Amino acid sequence: MTERSHPTTIVLDPTGERSPAARPRAARPATLDGLTVGLLDIGKARGDVFLDRVAERCADRGWSVARFAKPTFTKPAPVDLRYEISQRCDVVIEALAD
Amino acid sequence: MTTAGLRSETDPGPPPVLPDGLVAVVKRDCPTCMLVVPVLEQLRDAGDGTLTVYTQDDPRFPEAFDAVDDTELAVSWHLGLDTVPTLVRVEGGEEVARTVGWSRERWQEISGLIGLGPDLPDQRPGCGSLTQDPVRADELDVRHRGATLRSRRIELAALEDETEALFDRGWTDGLPVVAPTESRVLKMLAGTTRPADEVVAVVPPDLVECTVEKVAVNAVLAGCRPEHLPVVLAAVEAACTDAFNMHGLLATTMPVGPVVVVNGPVRRRLGMNSGVNVLGQGNRANLTVGRALQLVVRNVGGGRPSEVDRATHGNPGKVSFCFAEDEEGSPWEPLSVERGFPPDASTVTLFPGEGPRGVVDQLSRTPDSLAGSLAACLRTVQHPKLPLAFDALLVVSPEHARVFREAGWDKARLRAELRDRLELPGRDLVRGAGGIAEGVPVGMEDATFPKFGPDGLLIVHAGGGAGLFSTIIGGWVNGATGSTPVTREITS
Repeated sequence: MTERSHPTTIVLDPTGERSPAARPRAARPATLDGLTVGLLDIGKARGDVFLDRVAERCADRGWSVARFAKPTFTKPAPVDLRYEISQRCDVVIEALAD
Repeated sequence: MTTAGLRSETDPGPPPVLPDGLVAVVKRDCPTCMLVVPVLEQLRDAGDGTLTVYTQDDPRFPEAFDAVDDTELAVSWHLGLDTVPTLVRVEGGEEVARTVGWSRERWQEISGLIGLGPDLPDQRPGCGSLTQDPVRADELDVRHRGATLRSRRIELAALEDETEALFDRGWTDGLPVVAPTESRVLKMLAGTTRPADEVVAVVPPDLVECTVEKVAVNAVLAGCRPEHLPVVLAAVEAACTDAFNMHGLLATTMPVGPVVVVNGPVRRRLGMNSGVNVLGQGNRANLTVGRALQLVVRNVGGGRPSEVDRATHGNPGKVSFCFAEDEEGSPWEPLSVERGFPPDASTVTLFPGEGPRGVVDQLSRTPDSLAGSLAACLRTVQHPKLPLAFDALLVVSPEHARVFREAGWDKARLRAELRDRLELPGRDLVRGAGGIAEGVPVGMEDATFPKFGPDGLLIVHAGGGAGLFSTIIGGWVNGATGSTPVTREITS
């Protein structure tokens, strides 16, 4: 075996190796007319107050609204819930923090 | 720094196929190999003509042989040699017999010839195979086994400071890390029998499947030794359960993180600290196991401060918080046994905890008095007016435990006595009571609240032999919306 010089160090990536922000955002609709707005309550205090008001404002404009809630704000939304929202809604508004 | 995307430094090619018959591996720089040259000549001349000699250091050795050049050590590595000379019998490409060094009896047995080396002593030990040369062993390992590693290769530039490069990459918790080279990761993986590509857990917050290899890479970063890896694997598994809810623990604004309590024989085997300064600095296994778990969450799960980690204050234990219970000196059964595991099982128990706080009581000599002190301090966990919402881990020191031991209080008795002392009247807890807005809703004045739920107080025995102190580690929100302690057995 010949002695080899080591001009560089090779290390192993300790991360999840997820592509950095490669997924493009969904195109934003120009108007909500005819679309369904999902309102997601993550379970934080008074999130419902905020979403109730948003729902009223949507109704005033004639936009249809579907309400959803996470079982708890401390855990990610269940897969089924995420799927249901994706199937029934065109856009989603979350009440994220108290 | 560039992403190399390499799978290994060099392609080792397929493993060499050994020729049938006798195979001898030698090197010139070995007196025993020199000694057996006449024997090799006997085997060549008297045998069935199937002797193949490989030479590790000088292709011209032995003279008068058409030795096969193994200066790249490929054949020697695949044979797993420790010693030269080594004589192997191969049939159908498979090794069927082997001897190392010179032993007339063994060489005659393997070759089927008699009268070998009549002028030689009966036996002579061999020399180290060049594959064991410390300068070459790591490189050989990477060359031949590096391709089994699946992680992306990152090439650090020649003029880059290695430590700084790892900081720049965002892989550290704020302290320097050990560079996870292929060689170090391969050595780390030798600490477990589990396959490198086995999925250990799905790590939050990004919900990434994490393999044994990825845990090993982060264990290298953390400074673990290979024998620590099984503990880290068990801790990662426990943390990533729905019950423990690492996602919530990470994302919460509260100052909490995973606290790892280790029980069982593994504590002694790894030299873990359960005594003086048990929750502090100074013990490699304690510190690096806890750190490796946090680095897995950070690097594999993507859980970083100011991103998904929203802690208002955090606590220093979020770098690493891992310790062993002092089972030998304890008057009580270990935490793991209490939680259903046999005494000879090694376990990790993960508790969602904040930083430790001390309880000073240097005067109590009766269990009633000491239980009163502990209860008074336990009441303040997170807030003295908030019952049931938060668990606690009580670390009782040897000198405090002695008071209970001498009084004959087992752990169940202590827990029951603490529970009695922590039945809190609603009138003291309601909002506004004591001039403090925080508390339980008004209208519950006549109710009585236990500070902790039925499983809400964990008790372990640890600490130095001197000090009439105990320590309380307050918990995060308990139950289904929060976190429940999880115990996992540590396997090899």
